[in-house]
Amino acid sequence: MKKSLNYFLVIFLFIVSNLQASTITVCASCEIKTIKDATLLAKQGDTIIVKKGLYKETKISFQNGIHIIGENYPTIDAENKQESVFSIKANNFSISGFNIKNVGMSYTKEIAAFFVSKSKNFVIQNNTIDNCFYAFILQRTRFGLLSNNKVYGNAKVEASSGNGFHLWKCDNMRIEKNVISGMRDGIYIEYSEHSHFSDNKSINNIRYGLHFMFSHYNEYHHNEFKGNGAGVAVMFSKHINMHHNTFHFNWGTASYGLLLKEIYDAEIVDNVFEQNTIGINIDGCNRINYKNNHFIRNGWALKFTGGCYTNIFEYNNFMHNAFDLSYNSRLNDNKFEANYWSEYTGYDIDKNGIGDVPFRPVKLFSYVVNKTPETLVLLRSLFVDIINFSEKVSPVFTPDDLMDVKPLMKPINPLTD
Amino acid sequence: MLKILKYSIVDLLRSRWSYVYFAFYLLLGYVLLFLNNDINKAVITLMNIIIVLTPLIGTIFGVMYYYNSKEFTELLLAQPIKRSTIFIGQYLGISLSLTLSLLLGLGIPFVVYGLFKSAAIFDFSLLILVGAFLNFIFVALAFNIALSNENKIKGFGFAILMWLFLAVIYDGIFMISLMMFNEYPLDKFSLFATMLNPIDLSRILILLKLDISALLGYTGAVFKDFFGTNLGAILSLLVLCFWVAIPLLRINMKLKKKDF
Repeated sequence: MKKSLNYFLVIFLFIVSNLQASTITVCASCEIKTIKDATLLAKQGDTIIVKKGLYKETKISFQNGIHIIGENYPTIDAENKQESVFSIKANNFSISGFNIKNVGMSYTKEIAAFFVSKSKNFVIQNNTIDNCFYAFILQRTRFGLLSNNKVYGNAKVEASSGNGFHLWKCDNMRIEKNVISGMRDGIYIEYSEHSHFSDNKSINNIRYGLHFMFSHYNEYHHNEFKGNGAGVAVMFSKHINMHHNTFHFNWGTASYGLLLKEIYDAEIVDNVFEQNTIGINIDGCNRINYKNNHFIRNGWALKFTGGCYTNIFEYNNFMHNAFDLSYNSRLNDNKFEANYWSEYTGYDIDKNGIGDVPFRPVKLFSYVVNKTPETLVLLRSLFVDIINFSEKVSPVFTPDDLMDVKPLMKPINPLTD
Repeated sequence: MLKILKYSIVDLLRSRWSYVYFAFYLLLGYVLLFLNNDINKAVITLMNIIIVLTPLIGTIFGVMYYYNSKEFTELLLAQPIKRSTIFIGQYLGISLSLTLSLLLGLGIPFVVYGLFKSAAIFDFSLLILVGAFLNFIFVALAFNIALSNENKIKGFGFAILMWLFLAVIYDGIFMISLMMFNEYPLDKFSLFATMLNPIDLSRILILLKLDISALLGYTGAVFKDFFGTNLGAILSLLVLCFWVAIPLLRINMKLKKKDF
């Protein structure tokens, strides 16, 4: 009995000591002047409040669950040192409200504003990271929330620049409402699963806005990808769900709105692809449902470049693309049905909203261009219009079976603008 | 020469056709801008029209004018005026009046819709410049054909064929040769082939200024490297000038030998 009481007392004291988590304040005139000192003092559950000011620190590291809060956005200047600013291996921690700048560049080391490894249950939010190599490197982390961070880099070439969010072997992460620009890849994900990426803006990065590989069961929604060097590339992943994203203004000779490579069993729904060189480049992807997407004024709306099976395209809008569809092998059992094509010139006598004549999305010129890309210099010449027209009247080269048998007369959920 | 130029312009202005032409462009400009208020998009649509129609109208106008004013020309030839003065005067008269119709017909609606405030002003100026060049080139070519053929029907036939060749058939041959020689590096060839046809050259010049040029891929990059530089721009303008000058020289040669 007494022994158990002792145990109880020990546990009770432990809980009380934990409950009485203390607060440590850091400022230039305080007793504790650096964040690093504060983290050394802090115990499990403590809160560190950092007042406004300039802190020239790197390698702030801790192993216990503490909460670091920046008041009025204190600045941490890493002075381009070869060390990460925060280097964390802890559970149940949070960091918020910092301005971090000048994170050093290295060709051999991974240097980040936040280097988090083997951690779980954490929150990093409301930070602004300026002129950084990597902003976030997350390795083997679980149940983390990264939100409202702003990341600005000034990447010039791929070799000497890092990614905004770099996730490696993570699980159940949430990356929300962040803004990333001027990095190599905005968001890079490898071997990470069950994560959500939403409401992020990835703009003007020199390589990809979003780039993931071998990352299954993830969800991407309400993100915006704009003006990235090569658009968005997603590869070798299963069961991903992409919806309500906007991919636009990725113009360039090697630029894609969305590049899909070996993606299986995905849902791509309600996205907008506007003014990209290639809306979606589809390479070896099977069992994907494309629904309610808008393809507006792209060079190619869809470009198939490899064996793709059982993809279903329905209720999409294809509006004013230079080419709606191009492919270089057989289109197998991919299905196009009930889409709206702005090029469709058929009629609807019974007024049921479905065109009475099937639509063939492959033009003769896109067939020719696929065989000899050089012929693209004839784009918009009268000759091309004539051969396209004659092919439309009586298809000879373009495949008979590739058609939308129920083309819609009116666009689906027309965009407001 | 100026007097003859003046006479032929006045003569053209008195005829209905230049007004019809002017009204056509005016209407086209207004309708385009009415259908979508975006000047940028209207410029793209205009490109297609200018590249096909200006050569056609230039050709037909040139041939028609030559045959119609043949009697007046013969009267003039009886006067102590140099042959080249008469014909160059007429040529300039017709080309200038066509260019004027193009400039005013498209200029007025675009200015009304706020061209000067828009970023498209450079594209638009390029478009008009190219249109003017095409006018001058195709009127010169038409005069050539008309001078060589006494027979009206034959002259018209050849003129239309010439237009058809440069606007359509040339591209067909170009495309087929690109497909046939697929295995060879073709970028130099396509640059060269484009230069040889004023319609293709104009099309590429305008196309490269529009954002659609990103579509052109590798060949497009080669083109952009070439036409994007000052050298390329000067060279392509020079080629267009050659396209005006060479037919004119031929007119001159022909005139010296021709028995009217």
